Amino acid sequence: MSQVVTAAPDYAGQFAAWSSAVPLPAPLADMRRDAFQSFEQLGFPTTRLEEWRFTNVAPITKIPFVAPEGASSLSRESLDRLQLPQLGGAELVFVNGRLAPDLSSTTGLPDGVRVAGLAEMLAGQAGAVAGRVGQLAGAAGQAFTALNTAFLGDGAVVEVDDGVVVETPIHLLFVTSPDTAPVLSQPRVVVSAGANSQVCLVESHAGTGEGAYLSNAVSEMWVADHAVVDHYVVAREADAGYHVGQLVATLGRASNFSSHAITLGGAIVRNEARVILGGEGGECTLNGLYLGTGRQLVDNQTTIDHATPHCDSHELYKGILDGQSRAVFNGKIIVRLDAQKTDAKQSNKALLLSEGAQVTTKPQLEIFADDVKCTHGATVGQLDDEALFYLRSRALSEEQARQLLVHAFAADLLGHIKVGAIREQLDALLLERLPVGS
Amino acid sequence: MAAGNVMSTATQTVEELAKQEYKYGFVTDVEQETIPKGLSEDVIRRISAIKQEPEWLLEWRLNAFRVWSKMSEPEWHNVHYNKVDYQDISYYSAPKQKKQLESLDDVDPEIRATFDKLGISLDEQKRLSGVAVDAVFDSVSVATTFKGTLANLGIIFCSFSEAVRDHPELVRKYLGTVVPHSDNFFAALNSAVFSDGSFAYIPKGVKCPMELSTYFRINAANTGQFERTLLVADEGAEVSYLEGCTAPQRDENQLHAAVVELVALEGATIKYSTVQNWYPGDAEGKGGIYNFVTKRGTAFDNAKITWTQVETGSAITWKYPSCILQGDNSVGEFYSVAVTNNRQQADTGTKMVHLGKNTRSTIISKGISAGLGQNTYRGLVRIGKGATSARNFSQCDSLLIGDRCGAHTFPYLEVKNTSSQVEHEASTSKIGEDQIFYCRQRGLSTEDAVNLIVNGFCKEVFRELPMEFAVEAQKLLSISLEGSVG
Repeated sequence: MSQVVTAAPDYAGQFAAWSSAVPLPAPLADMRRDAFQSFEQLGFPTTRLEEWRFTNVAPITKIPFVAPEGASSLSRESLDRLQLPQLGGAELVFVNGRLAPDLSSTTGLPDGVRVAGLAEMLAGQAGAVAGRVGQLAGAAGQAFTALNTAFLGDGAVVEVDDGVVVETPIHLLFVTSPDTAPVLSQPRVVVSAGANSQVCLVESHAGTGEGAYLSNAVSEMWVADHAVVDHYVVAREADAGYHVGQLVATLGRASNFSSHAITLGGAIVRNEARVILGGEGGECTLNGLYLGTGRQLVDNQTTIDHATPHCDSHELYKGILDGQSRAVFNGKIIVRLDAQKTDAKQSNKALLLSEGAQVTTKPQLEIFADDVKCTHGATVGQLDDEALFYLRSRALSEEQARQLLVHAFAADLLGHIKVGAIREQLDALLLERLPVGS
Repeated sequence: MAAGNVMSTATQTVEELAKQEYKYGFVTDVEQETIPKGLSEDVIRRISAIKQEPEWLLEWRLNAFRVWSKMSEPEWHNVHYNKVDYQDISYYSAPKQKKQLESLDDVDPEIRATFDKLGISLDEQKRLSGVAVDAVFDSVSVATTFKGTLANLGIIFCSFSEAVRDHPELVRKYLGTVVPHSDNFFAALNSAVFSDGSFAYIPKGVKCPMELSTYFRINAANTGQFERTLLVADEGAEVSYLEGCTAPQRDENQLHAAVVELVALEGATIKYSTVQNWYPGDAEGKGGIYNFVTKRGTAFDNAKITWTQVETGSAITWKYPSCILQGDNSVGEFYSVAVTNNRQQADTGTKMVHLGKNTRSTIISKGISAGLGQNTYRGLVRIGKGATSARNFSQCDSLLIGDRCGAHTFPYLEVKNTSSQVEHEASTSKIGEDQIFYCRQRGLSTEDAVNLIVNGFCKEVFRELPMEFAVEAQKLLSISLEGSVG
């Protein structure tokens, strides 16, 4: 690590400076103050909390992260070096949580779609978005969300009007580039998809350099009646990077929402997703793929809240763990009273490739209605010796055989990814950097 | 409309059955020796003195009490109840013995009558079923049958107090080795104040010729029961143990915090079956037993522990019979049926801790919720670093009867060894109207149809129960289910 870590983290001091340096309209400024208070009260989570039992964030608490008040710069070359997928549509690039207008482009968007920086939106026609921020992802009991809200400043806003179909995916790129001090990047994403609209969003999180940083992102999404939203989060943080992401989505009647969490790098990566099926006939898909190597810790926490009848949800998470990496999966499905005809499926499968890898999985069902179909399954295993033997007997080397099997393990998840550029990149990545194990 | 008729018949049946009084609710008026309410070191010293216990056991109790005083009551479970005031409980009550018991005939006639009502007349048991019964009546064993037959084989089966008196070396060697005195809030409480319980020791290579059985019974008002069971199967021994429970009807909630420890030494097999039918409270959830139990077994090399439980009673059940698979090739099994009806709440499941190589475990859990019942399965499967080639299969199914009940599952899987295989499956369903319709068509009443379907749902577990228990379990299920149709 190139940084010299000396001082203890001083979030109170930073908050005071941030409040005056980054002005917000009155209700939001109040929310920011309240959020900081609840962060102060909560402190960073400890393993004594049920939701954090297996995820020790002690390393995060010890590093004095600094949230940069001004804009940070990043050259086009260093951005290209990250080899993020080219989606060919609108692209917003954020560096250390701040929009970098020179790297971003919003051309080619159809009418009725607004893609812009949160700071810019709040400064201009604040109306709709100011009323949305913080409404879904409340700070109560959630220390990281509270921290994000306390340092609310910039982020991405995507608004799609009723009936508008956005054909090319919208790319939101969050690059954290620590320089001399450990950086705290806290973007906020606010998405609203109007009735009968259709949109695909890709969030890429990446880091440069070898310094430590914390990317603490919060996304809030409103999916109106009959809307279709596809959402992808590709966390490809640097080795010394920490990532905590919270996604909260609320779904209208007969809407369709899918979110794919793909975790490829980072020291500790925690993805939280909470989806509220708030209208009848809603459908929700949460998928995840995580590859762990070295001493990484990947934690996926999902909650699907079947609040209304006749909703379907599908969840498939797959993990491939190598080295000393650890994975945590906690999938909660709540079926509320009278949410009849619910169909919820959940599955978490993990493949352990090395002696030191570990998995902790907790699929959790809470059901308060009787006419429902709920299933969950979890498996933890290793490569099948017989399958390996079969391939070896057909003249594949041990390494090739293992790669093929590991690729096949992840293949069905790749099949669910509709954005070609992401799928192809993942496909190549799986074959090339795939952990081979021992 | 056919379906409509089915529904209304079902509702009627439900109402009729729901009104059914708790069959075993009665209070036997036996003189009791009761210590004043409250818990302190003095109370523990007094319990120990009454029971004429050796110094080491008193020390052990006091240590447990000191640990307990610093603990707070757990709140992570998924059940809601009014907190227990631990100073408002009398921690010891024993039927006053009028004279030394020479034979069954000397047993207090009132107690005998109680057992008769429960259908476990000692003579009957002795003569017909070949089951040795160590009947625990409010904490003190009043009679033990078949002692002679067992003694010939070197099997020790007696009340805990007797074991402390007659076999202190065995008790001291194994007590607290599986559930330490500081294990959890309720186990620590039990360790401090346990009144009596059962003790069994099966010597090396002996296969116990009969099912060992204990009937527990809570009697005096306001006396929580704190049983302690210790079961040791020496190398290569085999034993099947039955535990069945009924309790009289009460308005105040009664606390029950038992501890069961099983030690299966190399190559031993222990099968522990429970049918629990404590008073669940009335339809409004008034009264009923709080059942906070710690059950755990340690299996050494090649040993096998099987837990089978049918949980139909208690207002609150909080119970996780567990296996520590310490030895290589050891096997742990858990089969459970838990029924919650009216306002009953159950948070139950198991822990399988794989430490040895080639250890295997199976978990089959069936949860049935009806009325306003809340049923939670909470399980842990932990594969330790050294548990090479460990294997686990878990299946937890829930059946919902009615639209106001809940079924929840909280399975934890922790895997730290790559050569292991862990599988978990869970499903939730209800009794289909088409299934009921099919049975009705073939001349079964709605109630019988529900019983049939529920019994089918639980078959995998009932199959594991010893014969007599399986019959009782099926009866219990049909009584406590009140055949509602969703």
